[in-house]
Formats: sequence, structure tokens, C-alpha cells
Amino acid sequence: MTDIPTLKLWIVIFGLGAGSYFLRFVFLGLIGDRELPEWVLRHLRYTAVAVLPGLVAPAILFPAATGGVPDPARLGAAFVTAALGYVTRNVILAIVGGAVTLYSLLYILG
Amino acid sequence: MQAVSDRSQFFQGMKAGAPFILVIVPFGLLFGVVATEAGLNVFEALAFSVVVIAGAAQFTALQLLSDNLPAAIALISALAVNLRMAMYSASITPHLGHMPLWKRAFAAYLLVDQTYATSVLEFEKNPDRTPSQKFAYFVGTASSVVPLWYASTIAGALLGSSIPDGLALDFAVPITFLAIIAPALRTLAHIAAAFTSIVLALVFMGLPYNLGLLIAAITAMAVGAEVERRMTAKAA
Repeated sequence: MTDIPTLKLWIVIFGLGAGSYFLRFVFLGLIGDRELPEWVLRHLRYTAVAVLPGLVAPAILFPAATGGVPDPARLGAAFVTAALGYVTRNVILAIVGGAVTLYSLLYILG
Repeated sequence: MQAVSDRSQFFQGMKAGAPFILVIVPFGLLFGVVATEAGLNVFEALAFSVVVIAGAAQFTALQLLSDNLPAAIALISALAVNLRMAMYSASITPHLGHMPLWKRAFAAYLLVDQTYATSVLEFEKNPDRTPSQKFAYFVGTASSVVPLWYASTIAGALLGSSIPDGLALDFAVPITFLAIIAPALRTLAHIAAAFTSIVLALVFMGLPYNLGLLIAAITAMAVGAEVERRMTAKAA
């Protein structure tokens, strides 16, 4: 690992900032209040449940913190969180349940 | 009357965004710590969080820069991680697209995983709000997460590497997202989309530049929409 040159760092910070802002603004700013067709809206209703599970699944099964090896404590915590969230529909309860499970299992399993 | 109701929407949004404090703070701290370890000073770490305001992409860029890869590779990879923001932008447009341009420009800056997920689920559940109430709600959710993102980045950069590994902060992110997704699985279509997303993200995990997640997400959206269409057709 070498130190990052200052100019290179700032190019990436501002480049990434500008690019990310463009991605966020592209539909909201350019389409605005024009009506989108029904089939587009039907797809967009599923963006959250289509992106977020795929975003976290690899991190749950193969956590970077354990070098990508599946970890019983993290798997248990993920299961408890998902089950609590699904059954109770309460986000905070699910997070707290998951955190308690994680720390309990980490402690028990050493 | 309008102003009062907008203000109450703002506080409702703030409350709905509050659970994310549990993920924003550890995630921001972690970014600050990792940035310091990569040789950034506090100001550079904070600039990263203010200008980019996207944790996963920031971690990606920082990792690749630390590995001494060219700036272009770091940029493209981190932007690929952030491509989902375009989907968020499209998805929130029916709700916030009626606002004046400056408000849309402001909302675009605040459009992150947490503000998006909280707001869009709420707007789908209760579609009867006015555009200005929705905007107030959205900014409310941002007020719970965005300032804390900056603050925890600074705190992490100041703390440096003195945070022990035993805290398992890495898992704050998956836990929080799971807790958000699970209650959102209201219909068979939602469950089918989520299942598709998980399976394909795992199958295509090895693809570079986070392409696997993009394939998984686009297919999962199509699956969700198709299941909804068939169920509506059957019900009619």
C-alpha cells in the first residue's frame, strides 16, 4: 500500500462526486413531471426489493471481515433480522434483534 | 395550514430515517478510519463524504486508490457501484418530479440508499400526499442521515485506527438493510423480486465492476413487474 498522490485523490473525489450526482439527477431533473408509462412504473415499484437484497447477500454469506469465509454468528444474525423484520414489520426491533444475536453468537462461539 | 402539515411531514420523515443512525454512524466511522489508514487527512476524508455522499462507492474508490490502480479504474468501478442511484432517481421521479427544478436538484443530492428506501416505501403505502408533503418527508429522512454521515466521517478520521476489530462494525450495513427489506416484502411479486436479486447477485458475484449486482437488479425488477402483471390479470 502506497500513499495516494494528492492530485489523483482530488480527481477521484470530484469525478466520483460529479458522476454520482449526475446518476441521481438524471431522471428526477430531466424527466420531472412528465408522466412515465405504466409498464415503467410497474418495474420501478420493485427497484428497492430488486437492488438491496442483491447488495447485501454476498456480504452476509461471505463477509470481508472473516476473509470471505461464511461465519455462523453473522449468518445467525442475518436470519434473526430478516425473520423479525418480516413477522413484526418493525425495523428497529429487527436491527436490535440482529445486533443482539450477532454479539451473543460472537461471544459464545468465541 | 400547508406549512404546518409540511413541517409535520418533515418530522415524520426524520423519525422514519432515525433507525439508520445505527448504520450511518458505524459506517461513517469506518470510512473515516479506513481513509486515515489510506493516508488521507481529516479534511480529505470529509470532502469525500460531502462530495460523493455514498458509502459503498467511497469504500470502493479508496480501496482501488490504495492498491495504486489508475484514477480512471477507481472512478469507473465506484460509479458502477453507484449505478443503482439512477434507478432510485427514476423510481422517485413520480413522487418528487412535480417540484421546482431547484428542489429537484437539492433532492438529487440527498438521494442515497436510506432516504430512497424509506421514502419510496412510505409513498407507495400512502400515495395521497401532496408533492410538497412528499418533498418535506424526503428532506426529513435526509436530515436524520446526511449530517451524521459527515460528522461520523470526521470522528472516524480523528479516531484513526484505534477502533478494535471485535466490534464487528462491518455487519451493521447488511443487518440494517435486511431489517428494511423484510417488512417491504408485502406481496408475492416483492418476494419473487427479492429472491431473484439474491440468487443472481450470488451467481454473478465474480463479475468485475459490480456488474453482477446490476444484472441481478434489472432481472429482479422484471420478475417483480411480471409477477404483478400476472397476478393482476388473474384477479381481474
